[in-house]
Parts: sequence; structure tokens; C-alpha cells
Amino acid sequence: MRLLKLVPDNTNIHFLKWRIPFYVVSLLLIAASITLVFTKGLNLGVDFVGGQQIQVTFTERNEAPMAELRERIGALGYGEPVIQSTDAANAVNIRYRMPPEVQDDPAASEAMTSEVITTITDNFADARIDDLSAVSGKVSEELFSTAMYALLFAMIAISIYIWVRFEWQFGVGALFALFHDVVLTVGMFALFQFEFDLKIIAAILTIIGYSLNDTIVIYDRIRENLKKYRKMPVPELLDLSVNETLSRTVMTSVTLLAVLVALLLLGPASLFGFTAAITLGIFVGTYSSVYMAAPILIWLGVTSDSFVPTESAADRQERVAKGEA
Amino acid sequence: MLDFPRWKRIWLWVLTLAAVAAAIPSLVLHNGGRWPAQLPDPVVNLGLDLAGGSRILLEADPRQVAQQRLETMEEGVRDALRQAEPRIRIGEMSSAGGRLSFMLDDPSQVDAARDLIEPLTTGAGLSGQRDWTIEVLDGTRFVLTQTQAGLAVAVDQAMDSAKDVIDRRVDALGTREPTIIREGETRISVEVPGLDDPEALKELLGQTANLEFKLVDQTALPADVAQGIAPPGSEIVPYAEGTDFAGTSIAVKRLGGIRGDSLTNAQQSFDPQTNEPVVNITFDPVGGRRFAQLTSENVGKPFAIILDGKVLSAPNINEPIFGGTAQISGNFTTETANQLAISLRSGALPVDLTVIQQGTVGPELGADSIRKGVIAMLVGALAVIVLMTVTYGRFGIYANIALVINVLMLVGIMSLMNSTLTLPGLAGFVLTIGAAVDANVLIYERIREERKKGRRVIAAVENGYKEASRAIYDANVTNFIAGVLLFLFGSGPVRGFAIVLIIGLFTSVFTGVTLTRMWVAGYLRRARPTDLHI
Repeated sequence: MRLLKLVPDNTNIHFLKWRIPFYVVSLLLIAASITLVFTKGLNLGVDFVGGQQIQVTFTERNEAPMAELRERIGALGYGEPVIQSTDAANAVNIRYRMPPEVQDDPAASEAMTSEVITTITDNFADARIDDLSAVSGKVSEELFSTAMYALLFAMIAISIYIWVRFEWQFGVGALFALFHDVVLTVGMFALFQFEFDLKIIAAILTIIGYSLNDTIVIYDRIRENLKKYRKMPVPELLDLSVNETLSRTVMTSVTLLAVLVALLLLGPASLFGFTAAITLGIFVGTYSSVYMAAPILIWLGVTSDSFVPTESAADRQERVAKGEA
Repeated sequence: MLDFPRWKRIWLWVLTLAAVAAAIPSLVLHNGGRWPAQLPDPVVNLGLDLAGGSRILLEADPRQVAQQRLETMEEGVRDALRQAEPRIRIGEMSSAGGRLSFMLDDPSQVDAARDLIEPLTTGAGLSGQRDWTIEVLDGTRFVLTQTQAGLAVAVDQAMDSAKDVIDRRVDALGTREPTIIREGETRISVEVPGLDDPEALKELLGQTANLEFKLVDQTALPADVAQGIAPPGSEIVPYAEGTDFAGTSIAVKRLGGIRGDSLTNAQQSFDPQTNEPVVNITFDPVGGRRFAQLTSENVGKPFAIILDGKVLSAPNINEPIFGGTAQISGNFTTETANQLAISLRSGALPVDLTVIQQGTVGPELGADSIRKGVIAMLVGALAVIVLMTVTYGRFGIYANIALVINVLMLVGIMSLMNSTLTLPGLAGFVLTIGAAVDANVLIYERIREERKKGRRVIAAVENGYKEASRAIYDANVTNFIAGVLLFLFGSGPVRGFAIVLIIGLFTSVFTGVTLTRMWVAGYLRRARPTDLHI
């Protein structure tokens, strides 16, 4: 049986020939993402803004009366609720924000909750409240800030590790690639207005991990080749390294995508946003490992001497001392 | 690299089979099977979102905090004025309407009194407001009123420490991965996955565990006490239910007692004489000194041991107690004594908490999620298995066996650690399947390269494992860093995801690198191939 090769042997694609246009595009995308986050904003989930989430099943209907629900709850004057369908067609998830002054007053939020619930049960006799959860503004602020710290610390800790294991240029490159992945993913959430909650932070941290796998594999090969081919110009050497690891990069991405697609199509609906974020991130992460993490090494001045052990002050003293003796 | 002596092979297999075996109870039990009771049964818990579980919402009453602050302030003002030089004498103190008011005997001491009372207040909030306002009416009457800002700060602090106390208590219960968060100003929500009986939890958290030692006011007339009339400076406290004097009350002196928050330890034990369950408590040095002082100054008099406003017992002080330890009895059962010990150890709740909402999350939704998640996992795994087989042939099959073992080991280790599987954790399982073969891909691609370069079979395999392991190591360490941060900062379900991710890193390196290397080495030794079909 002939074995499958997703990537032919001895590819020689000049990936880095296009590094400047790609960098320009990526920087524009980063700028666009940041602009989107600030102009359009993120569709923050209850975790992060505070508010309430009610799951309702309409026991005598095949399909939930989405439009009517939206209208009825919207008429209460608390703003437009977010109504999403769940796994079952006759069940919906209703989310609405609480005005800040209501959030800080337990009695007022209680009153608001019962107002919304009576609105539902009065107008729809077959409505059954399955789940009700509320997150107050204070808790959500806390959740949001710890989530941001988690992202920040993860990026910094990982970059420091890369710096220690490789060289500082590699640490900066990895940090930039991670920044690129995170910003683009968040930008995508701003663009499509998918719900952005705690699970998405978990997804982004996962993306950071996997994107780094690619970056590390390529960096590891670059390090190896820098020692092996001392005379090769750096851009050429980077191309060689990316080409040599290409079949692995493609194969791993394919296996990951296989399970992600299975999860997207067959998995529970409540995991859709989470899985979609990771799927997106796998593409962005693979791209950034080749086009963001590698070329930056050229500009940061990595040369074939980067991994030659330099003589430390102590060594020098020792040598001088020996020479004199 | 390819040298696997017999002892090493045996050891690796034992380790693998042990972890896989630990998965069996979980697989049997979660598929509706039965597991013999005499066998050990480590099992993976399912999170609230998968299995359902108990959730209770506790609420504190800010008025109680206000009342406590009033009492503290009363004691503080009395102490300050009594210790003043010259002493400032005051008339009766009133705390009606939530305000503290009293009259000075000597109006000329107003400024001196104000100077003493002002340091007892502190700033509250950013507006420069104090937590109390001090007014002087008619030149002699002081009125101290709590500000809203001051009360808000106090309530906030009380809730923060209440949350810490609950953390410790739930921890002592030994339940797995509870989620305890503050909700709003005065509420704390506690979620315990898989706990289908919220009653024990409710009892444990509903107990304030405010232990007090107060002197019995022997001047009170029994008739007055029965009618609920206390002499000035005293209060009426009822006996706790189940004690010998249940239904009656006694009068105790309001001030000058000791609070049980200065304990370093509390243990359930048995009274050596009566063999009745008791709680032994140990004071911290300061508490111990105060207890010694209280008991030595009042030998022969009774003092009341009060828990949450109910008298447990009122024994006579036979001799001063210097050791800093005491024994509390109160018609306990072993269970209630143990519960009290836990509560005392974890500290008293700064406020009473009442359960305002309790519920169990229905398991239907979770069952559906599990079914869909498992289907997605099987389909994804099948895709990966086919892909690996057609790409790497025999080596792909080794990787696939490693993959299956990896999933089982992951379940096994999670069972042994008693960790909790949440919905995002289920996603973590699926992702681990996709990512676990990465190590194999790295190694096999390297072996292909080495073969292309013309290395002989053994050298190519050796080099493949050796050169690839550097990147595998670095990649796993960075993923580990991300996972740990996710665990530290995440809460509830997200933590469950982080746990799967972290354990998955270890098992996938073990199965994907170590086990496949052993199998490949075995193949090379047995078949001695001159060419590799990879």
C-alpha cells in the first residue's frame, strides 16, 4: 500500500519572499481588529457584563416563539434581549443586561427578574423556566479582569520561556505571533458579534498553546539549521526550515481540524462558539507561525552566530589566568 | 534510545495498565453499569453542567452588619472615655434607631471627647467620607450615625471574609471542585457538582459558628428572665434546642466576654468521663490570655457558652483555665460535634447567612451534551485514526493504539485524582485527541527525512525520536504554562477544561513518545527491516 503524503517531498516554496506584503496585511488586520473592538465592541456574555440568563422550554410547541419573545421582553424597556436557540427547537436561552443601578441593588434586580419571568409565563402558558442565572456587575468585572490577566501572564510567561530556551529574538517573535493571534481572534468576535464569555478566554488560551506548537517546531528547526549551515543567508535558511517542517505543520493542522470539525458539527450547541474560536485560531496560528514568527527574526538580526556560545567574562578570566600561568 | 530492557518494558506496561484500569470504574458507572462495592472505585466526577448538582445562594442581612458595628462602636467609645485622663463620665448610652447617642456629664469635656472618638472612625470610599458622622446636639449630647458609604465598605469586607470562611468549610467537606462566588453586594453562590443532597451543605453553611463566652448575670431575677426582661447591661439568651434546659433562657452580661474567633484549632473528641461527643478548642495566645484572665477573675461564677445566640451550657468556673484550651459540650452527636469543629476551625461567619435559593441543575441537558460530545469525540478520533494509518502505515497504527491508551489513561488519571469533567472539559478531551498525535507526526516526519538523507533504518528511527523530542518538550512546556494559568485564573467549568488539558499533556507525551518508541523498538528488533514503510 502506498502511504499518503499530504505534502510532496522536497518542497521549496519561497514563503518569505512575500513577508513584507503579508506583514503589511497582518498589521492592517491587527489595526482593523483593534478598531472593531473599540467601535463595534464585543458582544460580552453575562459572565463579563453582568445580567441575567434564563433558559425557557415551551413544552407545547415545536418551535420557540422567538420574535414574539423578543418583542415582549424588549417592551419592558431594559433594551433588546439576546435570544438564542438551544439544542432543542422549542427551548431558548434569553440573555439581557441589567442597568448598572439595578445590578447594585438586590431588591431592584430581584424585581426585574420577576418582571421578566412573569412576562414570559403570562404570555406563554406552556413556558417552563429551566435555568436562571444572574451575574452581578461586580463579579463580572472581577471575572473580566482576571481573564485579561490570565491572557497577559500566559503570553509573557511563554515568551520568557522561549527566550530562555532559544534567544531573545525568538522570544519577541513568539510574543508578537501570540499577540497577532489573540488580537485577530478577538477582532473576529467583534466583527461577527459572537458571544464573548469566559469559555472564549479558555479558547484563546488554547489557541495560544497550539499556535506556539507550530512556532516552536519551526524555531527549533531554524536553530538546528543555523548551527548546521553557517554560511547560508538567513532568509534562505528560514525558508528551508519552514519547508522542512511543512509536512508536519500540515499534518498536525489536519488532525486538529478533523476533531474540531467533528465537534462543530456533532458536538453540543453550547460549545459552538468555543469550538469556532479554536478552529479559527488554528488557521490564524499556523499562518502566524510561518509569516509572523519567522520573518521577525530577520529584522531582529538573528544570524548564524546567535547560537555560538559566546565567551563569558568568567571564561575569559579563566583563559587569561591559564595563559599567564 | 531504542534500548528497552525487559524490566523497563514491564515497568512501562504496569504503569499503562494501572492508569487504564483506573478508568474502568468511571466507564462502567457512567454508562449505567454497576460496580462491585468491595472493589476500589476511583471515578471522574461530572460537573454541574454535565451531571447536574446542587447550587445554593446565600444572603446576608446588611442590617446585622450595622448592628455589629454599632456594638463595636459602643464598646470602643466606652473604653476610650473610661481610659481618658481625666476620665470622661457619660450618662446612659442609647443605640435606638441604629444611632449611638449619649450625654456627657460635664459639658466642658465635649472637645476632649470628640478628640477621643474621632480616631475610632475611618475613611470610607473615595469621596473622603468617614464611616461615622459625629454630631454634638445641645452642647452635651453626642450622636454617632453610620454613613451609607461606611456601611457599604463594612458589608463588602464582611462578605469577602464570609466567602473565605465558606471556601474553607466546603473544602473541609471534601467535595470536589466547588464554585464559590460572590454575587452582588450581599450574596454568595455555592455550586457543588454531583452533590444531589444539598441539605448537609445547607446546614454547614447556614451555621454562623459564632462562639461566645459570656458571664452569667446572677443578679437577674428568674421571673424577669422568664418574661424576657434583662437587667441593664445584660441580655436574655435562650438555651439551644436539645440541651437539658431547652425552652428556658438565662441573662448574660453583654460586654466583657470572649468571642470564639481567636481559636487556632477545634477538634471533635469524646469526654473522658461521660463518653459524650464534645468539641475541644484551642485559643490563640491572645485569646488564651483573655480566657485565663476571665476564668481567674470569676472563679466560682457560672459563664455561658453561646453558639449563634443560643446557650449550649453554663458551667461554673471551678478553677482558672490557663492552658488555652477548653472543652465544649452541648448534647452533640458525633456528627454535629464534627460539623461544629469544622465550622469553628474555618472561623465564624462575620454575618449570618440565610439560604435564599437552592436548586439542583437538571441532568437531562447534561446527558444530551455528553452524548453529543462523545459522538463528536468518536467521529473525530476515527478521522484521526484513518488519517494516521494511511499516512504512516504500521507506525500510524502504533500512534493510534497510543491514542486510544492516551484517552483511557486520561480518564484513569482523572478518576484517581477525583477531578471533575465539565462541558468545556469534554471539548478538552476531543482536542487532546487531535493534538496528541502531533508528537507522533513530528517524530515520523523526522524519520522520513532521515531516511531520505540516506540514513540506515535504526539510525533514522533513533535520530527521528532524538531530534523531534526537543521541540516536543518545548511545545509541551509552553502548553503547560498556558494550562496552569488557565487553571489559576479560570473558574468552574473553565478549570475543568484546564485540568483535562494539563493531564492530557502528560499522558500524550507518555503514550505518543515513550510507548510508541517501545513498540517501534520491538518491531525493529523482531523484524530487522532493511527498509521502512513510512
